[in-house]
Amino acid sequence: MTNDKRQMTNNKQPMTNNTTVTINGLDVKVPEGATILEAAHIAGIYIPTLCYCPGLTSEGTCRICLVKIENKKRLHPACRTPVKDGMVVITDDPEIERLRRVTLELILSDHDFNCLLCPKSGTCRLQELVNRIGFDEQRLNRLNWVAKDLPIDTSNPFFDFNPNKCIQCGICVRTCREISGVDAIAMGYRGYDLKVSTFGDKSLKESVCVSCGECVERCPVGALVPKNIQYPTREVKTTCVYCGVGCGLYLGVRGNSIVRARGDCENPVNRGELCVRGRFGYGFVHSPDRLSSPLVRAYDPLERTAHGMDETGRPGKPLTAPLVKREGRFVEVNWEQAIKYVSSTLVHYKGDEFAAVSSAKCTNEENYLFQKFVRAVMQTNNIDHCARL
Amino acid sequence: MTNSVSEIRNASCFFVIGSNTTATHPVIGRQINAAVRGGAKLIVADPRETMLCRIADVWLRHQPGTDVALLNAMARVIIEEKLLDTSFIKERCDGFEAFEETVMAWDLSQAEEITGVPIKKISEAARMYASVSPATILYAMGITQHSHGTDNVKAVANLALLTGHIGKPSTGVNPLRGQNNVQGACDMGALPNVFTGYQKVEDPEIRKKFEEAWGCRLSSSPGLVLTEFFEAIHSGKVKALYLIGENPVLTEADTGFIEEAISRLELLVVQDVFLTETAQLADVVLPAASFAEKDGTFTNTERRVQRVRKAIEPVGNTRPDWMILCEIAQDMGAKGFDFESPEQIMEEIRTLTPIYGGITYERIDGVGLQWPCPDTKHPGTPYLYGERFTTPSGRGQITPISYSSPAEVTNHEYPLILTTRRSTFHYHGTLSRKVAGLNALRSEEQLEINPVDAAALEIEDGESVKVISRRGTVLAKTKISKITPPGVVSMTFHYAETRTNILTHAALDPVAKIPEFKVCAVKIEREIDYSTEYWGWGTGKD
Ligand code: SF4
Ligand code: SF4
Ligand code: SF4
Ligand code: FES
Repeated sequence: MTNDKRQMTNNKQPMTNNTTVTINGLDVKVPEGATILEAAHIAGIYIPTLCYCPGLTSEGTCRICLVKIENKKRLHPACRTPVKDGMVVITDDPEIERLRRVTLELILSDHDFNCLLCPKSGTCRLQELVNRIGFDEQRLNRLNWVAKDLPIDTSNPFFDFNPNKCIQCGICVRTCREISGVDAIAMGYRGYDLKVSTFGDKSLKESVCVSCGECVERCPVGALVPKNIQYPTREVKTTCVYCGVGCGLYLGVRGNSIVRARGDCENPVNRGELCVRGRFGYGFVHSPDRLSSPLVRAYDPLERTAHGMDETGRPGKPLTAPLVKREGRFVEVNWEQAIKYVSSTLVHYKGDEFAAVSSAKCTNEENYLFQKFVRAVMQTNNIDHCARL
Repeated sequence: MTNSVSEIRNASCFFVIGSNTTATHPVIGRQINAAVRGGAKLIVADPRETMLCRIADVWLRHQPGTDVALLNAMARVIIEEKLLDTSFIKERCDGFEAFEETVMAWDLSQAEEITGVPIKKISEAARMYASVSPATILYAMGITQHSHGTDNVKAVANLALLTGHIGKPSTGVNPLRGQNNVQGACDMGALPNVFTGYQKVEDPEIRKKFEEAWGCRLSSSPGLVLTEFFEAIHSGKVKALYLIGENPVLTEADTGFIEEAISRLELLVVQDVFLTETAQLADVVLPAASFAEKDGTFTNTERRVQRVRKAIEPVGNTRPDWMILCEIAQDMGAKGFDFESPEQIMEEIRTLTPIYGGITYERIDGVGLQWPCPDTKHPGTPYLYGERFTTPSGRGQITPISYSSPAEVTNHEYPLILTTRRSTFHYHGTLSRKVAGLNALRSEEQLEINPVDAAALEIEDGESVKVISRRGTVLAKTKISKITPPGVVSMTFHYAETRTNILTHAALDPVAKIPEFKVCAVKIEREIDYSTEYWGWGTGKD
């Protein structure tokens, strides 16, 4: 029985490029089961897409990626049509062009065009398609061009949903189901009213959404966008500070501020994904509550004399009235004073009168230094951290 | 973890015990989710109805604190139905006979009585785990935070050894580490009994190596563990405490005692990013830079050493912890603290720590490396125990464990079990509570209580109640839900306003010294006392 078990763990065979297709006259060898879109990517041929998103199942709803296959009557969506050996595909001709324009015009006809104020402007997929495919202004005007005017959902603290910019590509819905496994949103209503909605059409905050932001990351247009979005001027690769999974991430920096975090696609742990803490939890770095200066407790002279403590008793000598000292208040000191205070006081506690707690939030290097300090300088093994908690 | 995170998606059977993975380790939770949608089997053992329970093939809702009884019963089924991997046991394990004896002494109906899980379900789970492979076990605090947490961990390992579900890709026993660098803190020797890389302080050879490297004499007796610190402080043995980034007033069990102990200290130095509840009691507070303001490395739950990089200059007048430590040590006249960068520190770590021998900043620049990594040619180790175990003999130890009840049990006066949990939106608290958005999503403590108990106590949803244990009282708003079973209530410990750990029990596991956060007996009282005319709290203005 053990042998059977071991055999079951066998990995899949590596893929080989054994299927040949001809795209726009170009022969391409691709692995079996690849889609026409993937084959085109391998061949370096551009096919416009909107509802396609790598890593998710393709539903083929937007119809922007239609292509012609020889000996087939209908046009087929490239994003979900698998290639067959010997298939001959045409990705671009006047007829396809015309169809794509009409499809695009229909999407544009009720889109809230306010690109100047749209946070997605410049990285928007719809803009890209308009540039690539173009549209017929007259025909578009005939479509009775009125933008939708639905309420914007601002309930989530990290991102907004503006249904007037939504193109119903369904990427967010698939992301929430397939990547996040939450299923917080679905396509609701019919026909013209089709829209992304939560169960019972509640606000996002009231729904089961866990605010992971995976959908926001993938929305191709300005419908799901982070609040107060600022584009970083540089990015720094680092590791999430919240939990033991250790997701790789990029912090986007502008000036001396962190303005964004995104998952590192190359990291084998999270492959680009993040949870709510990793994606939106960096805000504590710029919290106004951050400590910004060393603090030392100072005591009311009256209180000191009342308890018989010597004014010159600190810094330097160990304290003798432990219960009283908690009642002082903090004063800000500079680093030299603070370091002097600590080092000159600690000298009196070498050995097992001293104990130290290190942190699972600190780096390896810092944990190493701290235990070295405790063992080598303070001469005790009384060091621990919060692993047990 | 014995395996890598990226191996999880390839497992065909998951046994998740004591881990609300989708909330505490979301990115791993998602992979389980995806694998289950792709046809993998899922067994969940948890008293609370977590997200994973909803997609599980078998959900074992055992009483809090009865994990050993449950796991032993599963082992019994595996033995009885001959689902063992006998050749694996013969080739690589010791102790099977003694184990068999202990397990067979217990019959399944006893287990059913203690755990509250029907025999049928226990057998189903055992069969599923033993016969589907690759099978992997994931566990977290739900297993370790008990007065007999070490037993729990061993009982989990027993199951894996019996079935040979260990030491292969996607197959193993995977504790999910809580905080981001718990693994690293352990690896680096921030523990009372070991230097870096789990090298024992009692070993004269090892000590000699460190004494030579550091140029000083070193103590051979292991120090106190964190949970014993406060005893020692209370009794005056320890007089000075230096805390980095820790907030025991919020996170330790029985906080009333902790606060009293702290008030007896002669010197308390706290080094942190925020003025935490504990820092407020300090004599000196040293402001530290955050992870975004310094270089270094973290080691994640799969033993992957990864780079942390400085993104911005330290905010305000803060300094990185390593720099502060170097300055204090040098000011005290110590040698060997003249580091100019974390990379230099890593070079020293690597020479003294065999498992980190091959870790250099250059090599981990891209995607990190998983230890053990003894030299700079070694590619790192994605999964452990492929060839041998870390016992002296190299063989796996199947340990007989008998069930003992939690240190604190319910009685007439304290009829409910309180178990602590974490929320997706917060981690411990110090950092996440300072993120306005995370706070908006979950801004106050919620006491989960089953409708049955709520009805008996005539409590409404959202009502503020008093939760009382033998150690103290806290106020919390209720959330009536079937997530917790009747007789059990649950709270988080992220909120300074509601210090859950005033209630919890400090009974320690005898080996790992972890307090029993997961089980303590409480009672609940309505906050409003109808016997007085005065209704509740203030004017609502403050
Ligand atoms: S934020 Fe995450 S959970 Fe919420 S809708 Fe988007 S993908 Fe789903
Ligand atoms: S919100 Fe964005 S991702 Fe979702 S359907 Fe609309 S456009 Fe597509
Ligand atoms: S992004 Fe989430 S799952 Fe990943 S390390 Fe951070 S807290 Fe953990
Ligand atoms: S991208 Fe293919 S149908 Fe939308």
